[in-house]
Amino acid sequence: MRRTTRVPAGGSDMAVLTMARAITTGLAMAMREDPKVLVMGEDVGRLGGVFRVTDGLQAEFGEERVIDTPLAESGIIGTAVGLAMRGYAPVCEIQFDGFIFPAFDQITTQVARLHLRSAGTLAMRIVIRVPNGGGIGAVEHHSESPEAYFAHTPGLRIVTPSSPGDAFTMIRQAIVHPDPVLFLEPKRRYWEKAEVDVDAPLPPMADLFRARVVRRGSDATLLCWGPMVRTCLEAAEADTRDLEVIDARSLAPLDLPTIVESVTRTGRLLVVHEAPVTGGLGAEVAASVTEACFYQLEAPVLRVGGFSVPYPPARLEDLYLPDLDRVLEAVDRAMAY
Amino acid sequence: MAVDGGPELVQLLTPEGVLVEHPDVALVLTDEQWRERYELLVMVRRLDAEATALQRHGELGLWAPCQGQEAAQVGAALATRPTERIFPTYREHGMAYVRGVDPVTLLGLFRGTTLGGWDPADHGFNLYTIVIGDQTLHAVGYAMGAQRDGAHEGVLVCFGDGASSQGDVAEAFVYAAVNDAPVVFFCQNNQWAISEPLERQTRIPLFKRAAGYGFPGVRVDGNDVLAVEAVVSAALERARAGGGPTLVEAFTYRMGAHTTSDDPTRYRTTAEGEAWRLKDPIERVRAHIVRSGIADAAWLAEVEGRAEQLGEHMRTACRAMPDPTPTSMFDQVYAEDHPVMDRERAWLTSYLAGFTDAPHHAGAGGGQ
Repeated sequence: MRRTTRVPAGGSDMAVLTMARAITTGLAMAMREDPKVLVMGEDVGRLGGVFRVTDGLQAEFGEERVIDTPLAESGIIGTAVGLAMRGYAPVCEIQFDGFIFPAFDQITTQVARLHLRSAGTLAMRIVIRVPNGGGIGAVEHHSESPEAYFAHTPGLRIVTPSSPGDAFTMIRQAIVHPDPVLFLEPKRRYWEKAEVDVDAPLPPMADLFRARVVRRGSDATLLCWGPMVRTCLEAAEADTRDLEVIDARSLAPLDLPTIVESVTRTGRLLVVHEAPVTGGLGAEVAASVTEACFYQLEAPVLRVGGFSVPYPPARLEDLYLPDLDRVLEAVDRAMAY
Repeated sequence: MAVDGGPELVQLLTPEGVLVEHPDVALVLTDEQWRERYELLVMVRRLDAEATALQRHGELGLWAPCQGQEAAQVGAALATRPTERIFPTYREHGMAYVRGVDPVTLLGLFRGTTLGGWDPADHGFNLYTIVIGDQTLHAVGYAMGAQRDGAHEGVLVCFGDGASSQGDVAEAFVYAAVNDAPVVFFCQNNQWAISEPLERQTRIPLFKRAAGYGFPGVRVDGNDVLAVEAVVSAALERARAGGGPTLVEAFTYRMGAHTTSDDPTRYRTTAEGEAWRLKDPIERVRAHIVRSGIADAAWLAEVEGRAEQLGEHMRTACRAMPDPTPTSMFDQVYAEDHPVMDRERAWLTSYLAGFTDAPHHAGAGGGQ
């Protein structure tokens, strides 16, 4: 309607962007480069999304490419499957992590399997963006970390950025990738700013699935992703021990070689995530690393995560979510072996 | 027991094989077209019987018979243009046949050699979808894509009376309605969702649900190939012209079991089956074309001969279908390289290689 805000078109140098704006910028760039790219979801058009991540896109690309869908998540993903069959590349927004479950069937039964079922003839070039995780004082179903459900599902890829720069690059890579990609956006980091090189060429696709060592250390490795990367970096900076921090970036597939290489050097691994530890990705990492590094480990792989309860009322979330003290308490335990 | 489709049922050819007029719907076929339709119906019944027999002989793990629904499937498929996409359930063997899909292609899924395995683009025929109702949303999305392409194309999507209770079907109705999507929802109401009668799914005739979503609903005699083709043609024409979706309820009957694993004698009466047998979709066409002199006994015998050849082709080809190679299960899970696939493929290869004299694992991997 009255919208005049333009998404940054890509200037000649670095831009200081929030993570939310970095994703917007990446989406706009992908839409300019490929007319088949669509954005669809609840409130993504006129409103620009409840987090404003799609702000300005409908004004630039029109209602045919930026679609305000009915409030039915299975419908968002199910129609995206049909659009993908028709050669489109839908980028679906699920408004909040806790609202993805009405679409669980379409994601796990259809999106994840159609490439295989069609003997490789159907590309499910679909990105499912999900504002993810807690820490914003929300009501129930707005703070979940459902990555393990989807990491357990063959056929899906899951990535999650932790910084504006990664968010800008990774959303564009996810859109180009021929496999379906779940793109988890750490919602409590949406407003953190950093310099982003909006002119940088897109890195090789393999980089999308690579973990990154964001802090070198020798005493123990902290593996984390999304919102926990900053938490772990702060913990590492605050501590006297020499802690290595790895941002997993890709949860499916996991970049095990990078993790194993680190653990081989440090001998200790802590996996830090917001999701409940029971059946969480930390368990998967612990099993894989134990198998690969059994003789290098000085301590069992420890998990620092949410408790195995439904995400608590907001007044308790600071206690539920791993923070600097929780991370360092676990480091103490790991070092005591 | 539902046998009578009620006063709103669109019918153009009675069970006795008499052509009747309808105030809103008409379709006139040439003699050649009548023969073509008859032959299609016979071939579909034959392929269905052959597949059922192959299951009984252990060549297929399962089959979902379409006996009784041949007219609904043939009529609706004939109403589409070859370029228009059909989204089937797992029982649309008749539609597949009309589209030119070799029935053998359908058998892999039921034999256990593939999860589907065909390219939907080859015949405009989507993969079978087993979780009921899911494909209605895919069809709506595909139709939304056709709108964006500026293509004046319709899309035909199948579901059943059981799936009408699924949330995805309700969502598909909503998405189609608000987008004016060029899609025809083709509900084959065969009266039974495995053991559950229509009364467990709805309190109103299914076609009337469309009104609540804001688009037309029609109930057609699903055993009347002429009426089905006429009604679906009109609905597709409306869709192509930008008029939006239509719900067509084909009132029909699943003469056989839900699948070859089912035993319908546990939940329905022989009297019901007999009542529906009198409405057989093929007999009425035969009655019409014989009485009208469109076909004679010699031609009917030729058709039977061709049906036998189809059965023989399916038998031979089914038995010759190779099991997939063990590591093929890793090959198409992802479109691009994936380290877990590489790791597990390598492990399985090496594991199998360890069986130096292993007939159990030798060659193909099926059946272990």
